[in-house]
Amino acid sequence: MSSAIAASRGMPSLTKLTSLYLRVPSAKAAPLRSFSSIARNPGSLCPGKPGNLISHKPWTTSNPPRYFSASAVSLHGHVDPPKAGEELYVTFIDKEGDEHKIAVNKGDNLLTIAQAHDIEMEGACEGSCACSTCHVVVEDEEMFDKIPEATDDENDMLDLAFGLTETSRLGCQIVMTPELDGLRVKLPSATRNMQASNFGKK
Amino acid sequence: MAVIGSGPAGFYTSYKVMSKIENSVIDMYEHLPVPFGLVRFGVAPDHPEVKNCQDKFQEVAESPRFNFIGNISIGDHDGALPLRSLVPHYDAILFAYGASRDRKLNILGEDTLKGIYSARAFVGWYNGLPEYSNLTPDLTQGEEAVVIGQGNVALDVARILLQGVDVLRSTDITENAIETLKKSKVKRVRVIGRRGPLQAAFTIKEVRELVKLPSVAFHPVDTSLIPEDISKLPRPPRRIMEVLKKGGNASISTAPRSWSLDFCLSPKSFNPSKVLPDQLGSMSFEKTTLSPDPFHPTAKAIGTSEIIDVPSSLAFRSIGYKSEALPGFEEIGVPFDNCLGVIPNDHLGRVINDNDGWSTSGGGAQIPGFYCAGWVKRGPTGVIASTMDDAFSTADSIAEDWYAKVPFINQGHKSCLGWEGIKEEAREKNCRRVTWEDWKKIDKVEKERGQENGKEREKFTRVEDMLAVLD
Ligand code: FES
Repeated sequence: MSSAIAASRGMPSLTKLTSLYLRVPSAKAAPLRSFSSIARNPGSLCPGKPGNLISHKPWTTSNPPRYFSASAVSLHGHVDPPKAGEELYVTFIDKEGDEHKIAVNKGDNLLTIAQAHDIEMEGACEGSCACSTCHVVVEDEEMFDKIPEATDDENDMLDLAFGLTETSRLGCQIVMTPELDGLRVKLPSATRNMQASNFGKK
Repeated sequence: MAVIGSGPAGFYTSYKVMSKIENSVIDMYEHLPVPFGLVRFGVAPDHPEVKNCQDKFQEVAESPRFNFIGNISIGDHDGALPLRSLVPHYDAILFAYGASRDRKLNILGEDTLKGIYSARAFVGWYNGLPEYSNLTPDLTQGEEAVVIGQGNVALDVARILLQGVDVLRSTDITENAIETLKKSKVKRVRVIGRRGPLQAAFTIKEVRELVKLPSVAFHPVDTSLIPEDISKLPRPPRRIMEVLKKGGNASISTAPRSWSLDFCLSPKSFNPSKVLPDQLGSMSFEKTTLSPDPFHPTAKAIGTSEIIDVPSSLAFRSIGYKSEALPGFEEIGVPFDNCLGVIPNDHLGRVINDNDGWSTSGGGAQIPGFYCAGWVKRGPTGVIASTMDDAFSTADSIAEDWYAKVPFINQGHKSCLGWEGIKEEAREKNCRRVTWEDWKKIDKVEKERGQENGKEREKFTRVEDMLAVLD
C-alpha cells in the first residue's frame, strides 16, 4: 500500500493537468474532431510509436500531451479571489503530508476551495451531502467545535467514510466564516486498504 | 488500455489512470448504447444527487484520450466481440463489468409461483434497464409484500413501493413504472433478514429516510436484538440503533401504509395462495438465533426449527448480486472464482492465479496486463465512495506497474492499435459501435422527452429505441 501511495507522489491531479493544458497555446488551437481520430492519430499522441497506447515517454515541450478539454474546467467550483484585507486562511494537509495554505473568501466551502486549487478532494455528489468523498479531518479540536454542528444527514454520510475520526467533517459542508480563519484540515489517507476480510465476510 | 464496463468503477479507474500515466489512452467497452452502469440503472430515481458523479465521468469521457465504445458486448454470440480479439491490441485490460446476476434462495415455490421477483430485476425495470423492460410486475394481488434481504437495495425497493408515486413523478423513473405503481395495492411491507439489526447491511441514510416517510408508519423493531446500553457501540452502528429505537412519527393505526424490519427469520418456502394456486399467498420462515454473540457484526444465524408463516402476495428477493466470468476468460487465461463471484486479485486490482486460498493470502502470480475494479474485484457491496476508493487503488496499481516496467500484455510488440485494430473485425461481426457523441444525442433526446412530462429525463427502455435516435 505504502508503495502505491509513494508512486502517486508528485503526480499532478487531473485538474492540474487541465490548467497545464490551457497554458499550451498550440494545443488549445487544435480542433476537436471526432475522439477516435484524434486519439488514434499517432502523430498527436506519441510520435514514432504509433502502437504504444500508454507511453513511458516523459512529457517534453516537443511532445505535449493532450489533456482534458477546456470545457472541463467549468465543472469545477469557481471561487473568486478574496479582496485584500478580507481574506481568510485555510490550510489543507494532503495525503502526502504537504501543506497548502490558501486565502479564501467568507462563504466559500472547503470542497469548492479544494477543487479550485487542485487539491485532491473528490466531490462525487458535488456537494449534495450524499457521498462522503469530500471527507476531511479537522486538525484542532477547538476549531472543530467552532464549526456549526453537523446535521443528521452529514453525520449519516460520515458514518460511511473511511477512517472516520472524532473531528471528521464533510468538506462540502464546511463554510468559511471569520471564526474559522486559520482552519487546518487533513485529507484522510489515500485508498481504502482492500483486505482479505472484505472477501471473508460473505 | 481497454476497460470493460462503463459504471463508476470503470470511470473512476480510467480517470486516475489517465491522470497518472501521461499519454495513456482508454477504450471503454459497454454492452449497452448508454454509459454509467448502476449509476443509471441502480441508483434510485429519488436519489438524483448520487448521480452527480456523472458530471465527472462526462469530463473524463470528453478527453481526446478516451474512446467510448458502446453497444458492443464481449462474447462469441452474434453482434458481439470475442475477448481474444481485444487482447493483441492493448497493453492492459481492466475488468469493471460489475455483477449481472442475482443470488437465488433455492427454496420451494421460487420458480413456480407468480408474484416473486428479483430485486435486481425490479430495480432494473423501474430504472429502465433494457433487460427488464418487459417485467411488468403485478402489484395488485394483495396488500402485503415481503422483501427478503436487508441491504440498501431491499430498502430502495421498500421505499419505491411505499412512498407514493407523487415524489417520483419528476424523477427519471420510467413512465411505465409510474403507471404500475399508481395501481399498486401494497400497504404493508416487511423487510426480512436472517440475522439481527447489528448484522444488517443497510446504511443509515437509507433506513432513516424510510423511517421518516410522512405517511408511512414504522413498526417497532424487536428491542431484544439491540443492546440495552448502545452508548458503547462504535459510532456508525450506534447511530443506526438510535434511529431504529426512536422509530417514525406516523402512527400505525392511522397511516395508510406501513413497514417493518423483521429480524432472525430464514426463508424456507414460498406457498401458494388458497384462492389462486399459481399465485404466491404466503411465505414460511424458520426463526433463528444469533451465535455466539448476538450483538457482534459477524454473528451467525442458527435455525431453531420453529416455523412461522407470513402472509404475502408479492415477494422481492434481494440477497445480493453475483458476478460471472466473461465468455472467453479461460481462453485468454484469466481465472474466475465462481464461489466468491469475483476475479482472483491481490486486493489492489491485479489479476492473479487462483491458487488455493488466494482470497485470504492475496498471494499468487500476477497475470500481466489484466486488472479488475468494482464488484468483480471485491464482491457486490459498497456505495459510490467505496467504489471510488477501490477504483483508485486499482489505478494506483496500474500506474505503479507501468512505471516499474513490469510486463504488460503485449510486451515488445508494437501492434497496440486499440479500437483501430479491432474495428474491422467488429464490422464483420455486425457490431454497431455507439460513440460518446452518439450517447450525447441519445441523452439529449431523453431529456427532451422528460421535459414534456415535467421529468428530469424519460429513458429509452429498449436498445432499438436508443439506436433509432442515431439513424
Ligand atoms: S461532495 Fe458528496 S458529500 Fe460532500
